[in-house]
Amino acid sequence: MSEMIDARGLSCPQPVLDTLAKIDAMGSGELDVLVDTEAAKENVSRAAQGKGWTVTSIEEEGSGEYRLKLSGA
Amino acid sequence: MKNVFATRTGIIIVGLVIGVLAALLQYLGNPGNMGICVACFERDIAGAVGLHRAGVVQYMRPEIIGFVLGSLGAAFLAKDFRPRAGSAPIVRFVLGAFAMIGALVFLGCPWRAILRLAGGDFNALLGLVGLICGIGIGTFFFRNGYDLGRSYKTHVSVGLLMPLIMLGFLVLMLIYPQIEGEAKSGVLLYSLKGPGFMHAPLLISLVVGLIVGAIAQRSRFCTMGAFRDLILFKQTHLLIGVAALLVAAFVANLAFGQFHPGFEGQPVAHTQGVWNFMGMLLAGLCFALAGGCPGRQLFMAGEGDGDAAVFVFGMIVGAGFAHNFGLASSPKGVGPHGIAAVVIGLLVCLFIGFTMRKKA
Repeated sequence: MSEMIDARGLSCPQPVLDTLAKIDAMGSGELDVLVDTEAAKENVSRAAQGKGWTVTSIEEEGSGEYRLKLSGA
Repeated sequence: MKNVFATRTGIIIVGLVIGVLAALLQYLGNPGNMGICVACFERDIAGAVGLHRAGVVQYMRPEIIGFVLGSLGAAFLAKDFRPRAGSAPIVRFVLGAFAMIGALVFLGCPWRAILRLAGGDFNALLGLVGLICGIGIGTFFFRNGYDLGRSYKTHVSVGLLMPLIMLGFLVLMLIYPQIEGEAKSGVLLYSLKGPGFMHAPLLISLVVGLIVGAIAQRSRFCTMGAFRDLILFKQTHLLIGVAALLVAAFVANLAFGQFHPGFEGQPVAHTQGVWNFMGMLLAGLCFALAGGCPGRQLFMAGEGDGDAAVFVFGMIVGAGFAHNFGLASSPKGVGPHGIAAVVIGLLVCLFIGFTMRKKA
């Protein structure tokens, strides 16, 4: 089952902080992160990739919100 | 569409461009090592509208106006304009005010600390060490659950207010232009001497501001985030941009004959090392707790962030207090109440940092 973080409306660096904490706790698996700014989208993607995870898809959920699907083996 | 400015090459180019433009602004009239200083320029704006009466620092700086409007334009073109507000605005206001007070004890924001170093002012080293320590304290709070709370999507008009205010300031400048030998033009105050009197031509300052605002919005350039991300995540993405700014400004200063190494006699600077350090420590902590350096707050305000706009107004009002209460330093040294203000500011930051925590 995939986990989810709702990082919408959170100031920098909270989305990255929450994502990295979750990635560390999970070790591997599927993680969805909801964000609502371009900066958070870029920062979360960069941080996940820095941990060796891949961004499998970024779905735009209308009105500037994104669901980032992250996957770590 | 991929955002090329957010790549490593992108942030390096942005840093290089900002560094060269800052040195150019100094060459064209801005004060020494003050091609761009967000704190100094917002302080000058506070003076221009009479929030303080320090006659040497009153000028409606077009660079600041350009930063916000350039960011707005870039955000609109990239469909990145996100009106949002509601995340602890009063906290952001207070953090902005104390960030300004700390910056004025040092005499510059992080942008100027880098430019001062690029111009050979070694007092800036202590300021930068203070900045990094202040950000380091901020990361301690983040690791322990410090949280400003969520902002929420809101009406477009909320996000447009700050850009409209800046547009209003620009209109005031055009209606009431600087008149030679006059300290006042209409409602605006203009310095007759001192740093506030020194400025590049209006149009050039404005265009540089627009360019920097646009590229910084796209790249998320942030002088505080540069060190925060290194300490918190061991990421060097933003830091490389800041390093590029330093290198570019240094080289451009050499080319323009603006590099004068030393501690003594540096422009708009004092040599009290402890207070250069402590001022920037306070400022760095405030920027960290508020999630962005003073430049980044302007760029976020331009892309619709109403909370960042509140931080900016905190800084402008803080500048009023700083000069009315004798908190700001001068080239002679710290102001009569600057030390007390730094201590109070740090206590306020500790109060905010320790009490605003996510419930586990």
